Amino acid sequence: MKYLRYVLSHLWHSKRRTFLTVSSIAVALFLFCTLRTVMTSLDAGLRASDDTRLVVRHAASLVFPLPLAYRDRLAQVPGVVKVGYGNWFGGYYQDEKNQFTQFAVDVSTVFDLYPEILLGPAEKEAFLRERTACIAGEALVKKYGWKLGDKIPITGTIYPGEWPLILRGIYRAATPDADENAIFFHWDFLNESMPEGRKNLVGIYWLKVASPSDAPRVSAAVDQIYENSPVPTKTETEKAFQAGFIQMMGNVSTLLTILGSAIIFAILLVTVNTMMMAARERTTEIAVLKTLGFRDGLVLQLVAAEAMLLSLAGGLIGCGLAFLVFRKVNFTAGGMIPNFRVLPETLLLGILLACAMGLLSGLVPAFSAARLPIASSLRKVA
Amino acid sequence: MTEGQGDSSPLISLRDVYKDYRRDSFVIPVLAGITLDVKRGEFLALMGPSGSGKSTLLNLIGGIDRPTKGEVRVAGETLNALNPSKLAAWRARHVGFIFQLYNLIPVLTAYRNVELPLLLTRLSASERKKRVTLALSLVGLEGRDGHYPRQLSGGEEQRVAIARAVVADPTLLVADEPTGDLDSKNAEEILVLLRRLNKELGKTILMVTHDPHAAETAAKTLHLDKGVLRA
Repeated sequence: MKYLRYVLSHLWHSKRRTFLTVSSIAVALFLFCTLRTVMTSLDAGLRASDDTRLVVRHAASLVFPLPLAYRDRLAQVPGVVKVGYGNWFGGYYQDEKNQFTQFAVDVSTVFDLYPEILLGPAEKEAFLRERTACIAGEALVKKYGWKLGDKIPITGTIYPGEWPLILRGIYRAATPDADENAIFFHWDFLNESMPEGRKNLVGIYWLKVASPSDAPRVSAAVDQIYENSPVPTKTETEKAFQAGFIQMMGNVSTLLTILGSAIIFAILLVTVNTMMMAARERTTEIAVLKTLGFRDGLVLQLVAAEAMLLSLAGGLIGCGLAFLVFRKVNFTAGGMIPNFRVLPETLLLGILLACAMGLLSGLVPAFSAARLPIASSLRKVA
Repeated sequence: MTEGQGDSSPLISLRDVYKDYRRDSFVIPVLAGITLDVKRGEFLALMGPSGSGKSTLLNLIGGIDRPTKGEVRVAGETLNALNPSKLAAWRARHVGFIFQLYNLIPVLTAYRNVELPLLLTRLSASERKKRVTLALSLVGLEGRDGHYPRQLSGGEEQRVAIARAVVADPTLLVADEPTGDLDSKNAEEILVLLRRLNKELGKTILMVTHDPHAAETAAKTLHLDKGVLRA
């Protein structure tokens, strides 16, 4: 600790360099946290998935609907405990920029199928009673400043027109990975407004099975029933469904990893260069320290500590900013990533990465300083 | 800050010391067969033309360079035999360095500069404070402890450097052109200070200088010419 003042004095007296280096590391770590949060948020759906929930959709594509008539037959498949259904609505609120998840759901089963949607009994009753009622996640309600009883006009893109929903409930998510940026409303309300050719069609069915071990058997049984029908099905676990959904976006994970690594590597080179310049400028000073009796190992530690402190400060600022900013703004990437939340493990990884950057950037100048020959560095040969 | 050891063996003993420098494929001899004894409490001036090897000799005695051949024995240790780590510890314990260009750490105050050698000891912060205050008062810089080198004159900087050199109570002081960058008035003050350290505190001092007047401060002057000592 007695040497800390020496290290801090150097950082304090080179304010501009310290500021610029810390800032560049902070920006790099902010971007790292952001990119990693995109990946972890995309994976939130996977983490929130329940192994006892199956998703049934059209075998060809998610865009083709299934008949409502399948509901009763699905309920009879051995192992199925509950059947629910819903349609992805795909609308926006007031402006096309305000996109978030909207689902028209079978309200009689949605709370049994999704116990992670926490809603007070009075609000639940109000929601079930009214056909134009909807419930919204707490994060979404906060974002738009809604309150119970508000009319929320949603403009449909898949289902054209303006849909005047009334907010009757504000739900909370039981788990951190569950989505609080969504609206659920009555499927019946959607269905009754459809023209004759589009009535009684659902986007997906959700099946609840008694145990995860039933899932493969039930999936196979369902798909077998409709194998040769005009509307064949594809049944999979909710986790597999979510994974497929992410894959539809391409290999985002690899792209983001490459981007993140490139940013970190570029900043690492900048930091190494800065630290080497700082150490080179202090060649005489380091020689003087060694003359006074500072051992090579101690000199190495002092130079490395400087790099480490810079990186750690940058890391804490960058990661801290990412955490605070995304907590405050409820960023959803236009509804693409509804649960954008910087995870504690991302912060920890960011800090560890900053430490690694500090270590790597300090290593070369620290070893150079430790190996510095005193006599020639004092540049005094009479 | 007194030199308490009173045995009669020389504090510094050099035997047939050679030092060569290599520049690419060329070997440049700097010191050629130096043999020298310096007693405890002596104040010795080393004079000679540029390139004669004065600073090199000082570096060998101060343990910041190694001879190509020969033995350098100072304060009971054969320096050639010490590894870099032990040599650093030996320097911290036995040698105080004074440079021509002061070589203070610019980002540290006078107080923190003087404290540097004490960081290597086991002294507590309060003990270090006492020693630093004493060293600064010894060089007449009480009240300037919070000043940075850029806020001090050349003479004051050199006095801070002297305080730093003596604060850990070393056995030996080596001064490389300590007045070389100062005007005559400041130079005289520094020489008076060195004489006091030698007379009153019994410090053994080895001083390299070009200035005959500065050399007169010392009790004895040796001349180096082309790496060879002449009385």
